[in-house]
Amino acid sequence: MSQYNKPLPQITPQTRELWEGCRKHKLLIQRCRACGTLRHYPRIMCPSCGSWDTEWVKVSGKGKVYSWTVAHQAFHPAFIDDVPYASVIVELDEGVRLVTNIVDASPEELYIGMPVEVVFEDATSEIILPKFKKSSWLQGISSSQIVR
Amino acid sequence: MDILRDKAAIVGIGETEYSRNSGISDVALLLQASVRAIEDAGLTPKDIDGIVLGYTNVVAENLMTNFGTKDMAYSASAHLGGASAVASLQSAAMAAATGVATNVLCMAGWNGYSKLRISSGMEGQPQLAISQLRSFEEPYGVFVPAQWYAPMARRHMYEYGTTSRQFGAVAATMRKHAQLNDKAIMRGNPITIDDHQDSRMVADPFRLLDCCLESDGAAAVVVTSRERAKDMRHQPVYIMGVAEGHPDFPDQIANRPVLTELGIKKAAPRAFAMAGVAPKDIDVAEIYDCFTYIVICQLEDIGFCNKGEGGPFVEAGHIELGRELPVNTHGGLLSQAHVLGMNHVVEAVKQLRGSAGKAQVKDAEIALVSGYGDLGDGSIAILRR
Repeated sequence: MSQYNKPLPQITPQTRELWEGCRKHKLLIQRCRACGTLRHYPRIMCPSCGSWDTEWVKVSGKGKVYSWTVAHQAFHPAFIDDVPYASVIVELDEGVRLVTNIVDASPEELYIGMPVEVVFEDATSEIILPKFKKSSWLQGISSSQIVR
Repeated sequence: MDILRDKAAIVGIGETEYSRNSGISDVALLLQASVRAIEDAGLTPKDIDGIVLGYTNVVAENLMTNFGTKDMAYSASAHLGGASAVASLQSAAMAAATGVATNVLCMAGWNGYSKLRISSGMEGQPQLAISQLRSFEEPYGVFVPAQWYAPMARRHMYEYGTTSRQFGAVAATMRKHAQLNDKAIMRGNPITIDDHQDSRMVADPFRLLDCCLESDGAAAVVVTSRERAKDMRHQPVYIMGVAEGHPDFPDQIANRPVLTELGIKKAAPRAFAMAGVAPKDIDVAEIYDCFTYIVICQLEDIGFCNKGEGGPFVEAGHIELGRELPVNTHGGLLSQAHVLGMNHVVEAVKQLRGSAGKAQVKDAEIALVSGYGDLGDGSIAILRR
């Protein structure tokens, strides 16, 4: 693997399980043990009920494109070769949203509601980032064939 | 709700030159704007006993030392990014109205072009609520405000049919107003909506001309109590209503239940109730315009039009001088200068003093000024002469 020079997440006590889950190719999201509310990004307290009692649950990894932006200039030197690239908000079927990239779709292919599913991309030997790809039933279908 | 209504007033305004090469430090810029505001109020720097700072790495102690202040009674910081300037009026009004301090200075400014351009990333920038973004968005290429807010704009386009040409109407109007303003960096460079459409994409759907300027400069105002204001050099501009508001989940945008509403939606009803007026009573509005879309969304959230109608509202020309609601009569951040919205406060005061020159709104009695910043924080002040 060539030198990875993009920013990496900081692993903190609050986020360690999420990144360890990614290393096992499991997408884990925080859930309040008291009221069951899912939340992302990881937080200390439940914003719904105030509980500090937290667990991590594996989610389906399936979701839909909620919104996105396409960078047409590099705002960080490590992204120069990626321009233009899309940073995408994906809403998981479970309701929480993540900012991510879609690994197999060009910016022109994106649309709100586009079904996607999680993939895991090695950044370094320590960090594996959750990214997304077009849902398997979309594979091989060109975007022009989809009635939106 | 009317506990602060008309209890404090803006009695001094000051601005530096607006440029892209100030050649002086951030502290010097803030001092220069401050001294001008203090002189405008008929005071001396030693009369200042309250300081409210906003989006800056400068601390109040730097200013006190330069002023030779012997007894600073109150210092505070508003942590709302670009909404800090207007939010600082709330803090100053509370301090002045209660007598905690007598003459309170609010200021904003930076070398936003020559030293620390926000478009080149947030490294070295003053504190914002973005610590989570470092781990959960930067790895995916999200670094700057244009990228934070663009997905909100896209949702608005999706949900309400708002168009890029409507964004362009905001850009062209601000630029048109800037042609009337001697301090506007973009004076002499008018643009059309077609120019906006032809400008390069930066963070889709934001084009270059959707993004505000990056500038060097500072602006400041002096706030004092109603009683003292009556005897000052200029006709007082009273703070009728003032409020700040934060969106749900203010330290991230992605998981906000509604991406097309800003914190000012919560602040506006409180400010109007405090002021005892309604949106229809506003003669002129200086709306924080870091991006064109943010103006459209605030017009809706403040209540100048219904949700989803902001695009058609600006496209119909309602925000131009001479029309229903003149917006950013100085050219705004988009075309005058990015002075973190304190230039909007100064312009509102000029309008109410009747000293806004060629951009004067005839008989302006009530002005509204808004702030927007960080990941959706909002602030709003309603001012009268």
